[in-house]
Amino acid sequence: MNFFAELSLKNLKRKPLRTFALSALVALLSFVLFGGTILVTSLKNGLDSYSARLGADVVVVPYAARSEGQFEDVLLQGIPGNFYMSSSKIDKIANVEGVDKLSPQFFLASTSASCCSASVQIIGFDPDTDFSVLPWVNRKYGGSIGDGDIVVGSEISVTTSGKLKFYNVECNVVATLERTGTGLDTAVYANMNTIKQMAKNAKELGFTFLDGVNVDKSVSAVMIKVKSGYDAESVAAQINMAVTGIRSGSSTSYVSGVAGGLDNVSGIIGALSVMIWVLSVVILGVSLFAICNERGKEFAVLRAMGASKKSLYKLIIVEISILSAVGASVGVILSGAFILPFGAIIRRSLQMPYLVPEWWQLALFAVAAVVISVLTGVIASLFSVKKLSKNDAGLMLREDA
Amino acid sequence: MVVKAEKISRTFLRNKAGTNFFYAVQSTDFQAESGEFIEIVGKSGSGKSTFLNMLAGLLTPTEGKVYIGNTDLYLSEDGERSQFRNENIGVIPQGQTGLLSLTVLENVLLPSKIYGKCDGEKIVRAEELLKAVGLYDLKDVYPNELSGGEMRRMAIARALIMQPSVILADEPTGDLDEENTALVMSLLKNAAKGGATVIMVTHDKDALSYADKVYSMSGGVLSEKTA
Repeated sequence: MNFFAELSLKNLKRKPLRTFALSALVALLSFVLFGGTILVTSLKNGLDSYSARLGADVVVVPYAARSEGQFEDVLLQGIPGNFYMSSSKIDKIANVEGVDKLSPQFFLASTSASCCSASVQIIGFDPDTDFSVLPWVNRKYGGSIGDGDIVVGSEISVTTSGKLKFYNVECNVVATLERTGTGLDTAVYANMNTIKQMAKNAKELGFTFLDGVNVDKSVSAVMIKVKSGYDAESVAAQINMAVTGIRSGSSTSYVSGVAGGLDNVSGIIGALSVMIWVLSVVILGVSLFAICNERGKEFAVLRAMGASKKSLYKLIIVEISILSAVGASVGVILSGAFILPFGAIIRRSLQMPYLVPEWWQLALFAVAAVVISVLTGVIASLFSVKKLSKNDAGLMLREDA
Repeated sequence: MVVKAEKISRTFLRNKAGTNFFYAVQSTDFQAESGEFIEIVGKSGSGKSTFLNMLAGLLTPTEGKVYIGNTDLYLSEDGERSQFRNENIGVIPQGQTGLLSLTVLENVLLPSKIYGKCDGEKIVRAEELLKAVGLYDLKDVYPNELSGGEMRRMAIARALIMQPSVILADEPTGDLDEENTALVMSLLKNAAKGGATVIMVTHDKDALSYADKVYSMSGGVLSEKTA
């Protein structure tokens, strides 16, 4: 090992408390940088995924479902909901100018009672008209979704038999969808025949949430694709004017609230990161400056023995780099350990879609956090290096004699 | 190696903002031949250490030139000058100068390690030097476990490790008792007998008897003392 690297290690070992305190500061910096990047990227991924999974230009839901936020609850947080409107509204919606394609969906919340394997949101869609669910299903399953077949979200546990029961309808799980970081990860998809059979059974089993609902003539949401050249916002507004008892919104309007939340969170994390970075540079800079002053005699002796100024800069920079690299690595590990296992809790707390990046992206962020933290240490040490470069060793020996 | 100073002087500012400077060393000519043992005496603050540091290449003179052999010391860049010092000049700085992270043996080997010249031969020499200064049994301890005198003897062994042609010692016997002073002085005297140029700054009157020449420094003015 190079002598100055060896000496750096020995110096760090000799003052364990000082080394620990400075490393801890760098660890805090890398903790915030890595953790903040994971959070912001996960939220951004979640938002992209949410936007993509919505899959429609305009979504129509019963008025109450939109005003009470039930539809967003289903999408964002996976809180099961039951809301219905008459399927007769589909024809009225279809007549609005600018509507190209439309496909109804039927929502049904299962329960934790013995008739159901789990309490989840079941979404019924029409494979003949659908354009928002099947593209995602087809990424995992190329076959058709027949009666009794279901496709499940990534967070649904499937038994070894590959079957799940909802309202006494035993279903074959034909595919598990990719993770989205949204409430849809806890959803189950079935065709209209299957979900309506479940709804009828629910009624027979005495569940009251379907009281007054004609299952065969009801839908929960209508997904709409607008014609080329038409503005989704305008079409949504036209639908709101033409059809009563519903609320129509463009996908942008569903996403904009979440995007606003993401901007807020990103802003807070960005400001926190900058603050801690500045704090780290100042505290490390002042500490290293004081330490270098205290070590003036040591540096002067090294100079007297023939060490050049450059090798002393190297000594300082190697010391701070080792200290920063260790601190930054610990910070990254702690940050990962604190944040990565708790994605579901973070999603629920922030009420925003949350999709953790791929492992290679995490590795990249970790390396970047370590590099930035080490560079921060090196930048902070430049004050000391500058002071050292100004002084003749003879003066340092004289000052400390 | 001949050590030669041509009209070297050094000024310092008394306060940073003003122009009130003083001469720590007045314009001085000086020459020491190979094998000579020279001592410089003088009161504290008379400029002895400043003069020695200029000879060592550790303090740039305000004016004048320093030659070690044929090398104009301050003509070269810091890196080159530092390596030259490492290879040719053994410096014994004033005060306690052990590096606290290194053991006594590692401290003695320090000059040989800076440019990667620490080999088995150097380790043997370091151990011999430690035996000569009576610190062999303490070679694996750290300097904070040494007394002031032991630390000073360690610094002397360290200055001799590279077998330098020039030895510059600033108060090397400051903390030593009579017996250890005699030991250190004989080590330096032997180095001079071996051809090294030894220049030593001291307050110690007992040490004066070892010198070939004695200079006195007063108010930054160096003058040779006659017997």
